[in-house]
Amino acid sequence: MADPQAQWDRKDLLGISDLSPGEIQLILDTAESFAEVGERPIKKVPTLRGKTVVNLFFEASTRTRSSFEIAEKRLSADNLNFSTSGSALEKGESLIDTAMNLQAMAPDLVVIRHAYPGTPHRLAKRLKAGIINAGDGAHEHPTQALLDAFTIRRHKGKLDGLRVAILGDIEHSRVVRSNIHLLKKMGATVVVGGPRTMMPVGIEAMGVEVAFTLDDAIRNADVIMMLRIQLERQGRLAFPSVREYFQLFGLTTERLRGAKEDVIVMHPGPMNRGVEIASELADGPYSVILEQVTHGVSVRMAVLYLCSLVHKEGA
Amino acid sequence: MSDGRILIQGGRVIDPGQDLDGAFDLLIEDGAVAKIDGRIEKSENTEVIDAAGLIVCPGLIDIHVHLREPGQEYKETVRTGTLAAAAGGFTGVACMANTEPVNDSRSITEHILLEARRHGFAHVYPIGAISKGQKGEELAEIGEMIRAGAVAVSDDGRPVMNAELMRRALLYAQHFDVPVIQHAEDLNLTGKGVMHEGEWSTRLGLPGIPGSAEDVMIARDIILTEDTGGRYHVAHLSTARSLDMVRRARAQGLRVTCEVAPHHLILTDEEVAKSGFSTNTKMKPPLRSERDRAALVNGLADGTVDCIASDHAPHHQDEKDVEFNLAPFGILGLETTLSLILDRLVHPGILSLRRMIELLSAGPARVLGLPGGTLKAGSPADVTLFHPDEEVTIRAAAFRSRSRNTPFDGWKLKGHPVATILGGRRIAVPER
Repeated sequence: MADPQAQWDRKDLLGISDLSPGEIQLILDTAESFAEVGERPIKKVPTLRGKTVVNLFFEASTRTRSSFEIAEKRLSADNLNFSTSGSALEKGESLIDTAMNLQAMAPDLVVIRHAYPGTPHRLAKRLKAGIINAGDGAHEHPTQALLDAFTIRRHKGKLDGLRVAILGDIEHSRVVRSNIHLLKKMGATVVVGGPRTMMPVGIEAMGVEVAFTLDDAIRNADVIMMLRIQLERQGRLAFPSVREYFQLFGLTTERLRGAKEDVIVMHPGPMNRGVEIASELADGPYSVILEQVTHGVSVRMAVLYLCSLVHKEGA
Repeated sequence: MSDGRILIQGGRVIDPGQDLDGAFDLLIEDGAVAKIDGRIEKSENTEVIDAAGLIVCPGLIDIHVHLREPGQEYKETVRTGTLAAAAGGFTGVACMANTEPVNDSRSITEHILLEARRHGFAHVYPIGAISKGQKGEELAEIGEMIRAGAVAVSDDGRPVMNAELMRRALLYAQHFDVPVIQHAEDLNLTGKGVMHEGEWSTRLGLPGIPGSAEDVMIARDIILTEDTGGRYHVAHLSTARSLDMVRRARAQGLRVTCEVAPHHLILTDEEVAKSGFSTNTKMKPPLRSERDRAALVNGLADGTVDCIASDHAPHHQDEKDVEFNLAPFGILGLETTLSLILDRLVHPGILSLRRMIELLSAGPARVLGLPGGTLKAGSPADVTLFHPDEEVTIRAAAFRSRSRNTPFDGWKLKGHPVATILGGRRIAVPER
């Protein structure tokens, strides 16, 4: 592996949109070297010993937070979970005050999840600590796209030239935006599909093809990513019923036929079985869903490590 | 300060109302314009203002300002707002009714006017609410407010969603010959939107406000204006399609006017991304697409737009320095409008100096039927002096407004206000 310090000069990872293909490559390669740590009997390296990482989650998350937490522990960092549901404002303290209080305790890295886009970006301007975006509203979720790319690369050996279909609630998905940026930068073709009522205006400008039926979207696909339908948004659902959604856009083994024979099926989780994806498919041979979770830890170790190399002046 | 005579010498006087543009001296006596001539000699007891290198024009008027008083004095007051007006080259402002309590009664209108007279940095023209409490249910006491000094009615800050109430307002306001000003926005289409719906809202994952949220409301209102024969004014018009509808309505002979805000003429939705989610790019209507922006600029030149109005909307820093979705809508305008229009539209040759002055003086005066907007002999001596091309740097920290919420902080702009004269009295804005 090349010397990462020569190729990485970011203290923050705010989104994939800022990254160059070389930087994406570097993260994925670094993650490969960390992957082995998870297979050891003693799953720990001293890389971040003496560093403090705060997991600042303004929005409920079990999977992403656990993944970061394990990654931090495997790197020997001291970590602290700071969770608050909803916005800080609702608790009476402003976001900036919360952040400045954390800053006063001098963490090295802050992993932030927030319901509203741009919040990590705004904090990155204020805080000395490196900021890692663990999902900001419907904007970006860079480590998810990186772990998805890592998983695809493991199966296909490359990203360049692949055809990737992403299906579901495109409008409200941060996963799709980060994945579009990453896959386009790495030379893949991206098709997004789903109900018209969940397709954001002007998505074509991001360089993707748009399909409005499941069959059109997955034709010749090497990779299919299913997105979670946010059932908690009941009442404002952009389709009439869950039943009708499954009929139109639910992925089953049967419907996979139009895709490539060696297609892999992914899902960022948590899944709604029987809504966007049939159970037998999720648990079947095409599915790489649990591998994604495993790789998430390696990718997050790589990101934490790289961002810890850079110290911000001033701020 | 002399309440007697002021002689403004050596400036370039531009008064679109009298088709005047040239090197003239201007004499003010007893609060009114006495004379404009090639050369006027100084007589005794006359204060002389040397206007060499400056433009002398009718006092600028901003018909869309939020002074926040009563109720939100931590954002702005009549005093600080009119100070900001004077510093920005304005001699008159019309203030919106979304105060606390709402200006939906004679007593609030009178209170605002009293404050304005007490401080006296600019004329204040209160706009009364259309509906009681701006709740959109029943008409406010429009007649009483007009008698107390209100110049128009609007529920600005909120639209009149109920078509039946809007129809009634357009009918009733005719008794007083005042326009009904609409904040045109279908709230159902806006939903949770926080920026213009388009490529950029999609990229940023921010909920969008479609242009149609404005367009459908204006379409509805134009139909109601046609049926009622009312007088309808569109506040902060922001889309190409709305502008087309206004153009057609006017061609049809309807009494429809509109204003455009400087930020919609200069910035686009991309600014939200470029600024790194700065909440000073968040206002209603939102910064629109480049196509919309270009159409609005054309509308200035071709006469469809009646005036430029800033929608000066002060908010405290603590309110703005929060997550983008949670920040209140609105930005300041009074202290940046003139420099922005000069630098971005006049100097590049898009808008003539004369038309700019018209859009900021005679235009707004005509929309609301206000005195002023001209330097004809005998008119009130409301005069603005500005430097057409000297460069300034916008510094929010030095604003006279009580708030700082501007996306233009640090911008270097050519041209700036120098002084205002209000009813024959030179306004002294304290240095900061």
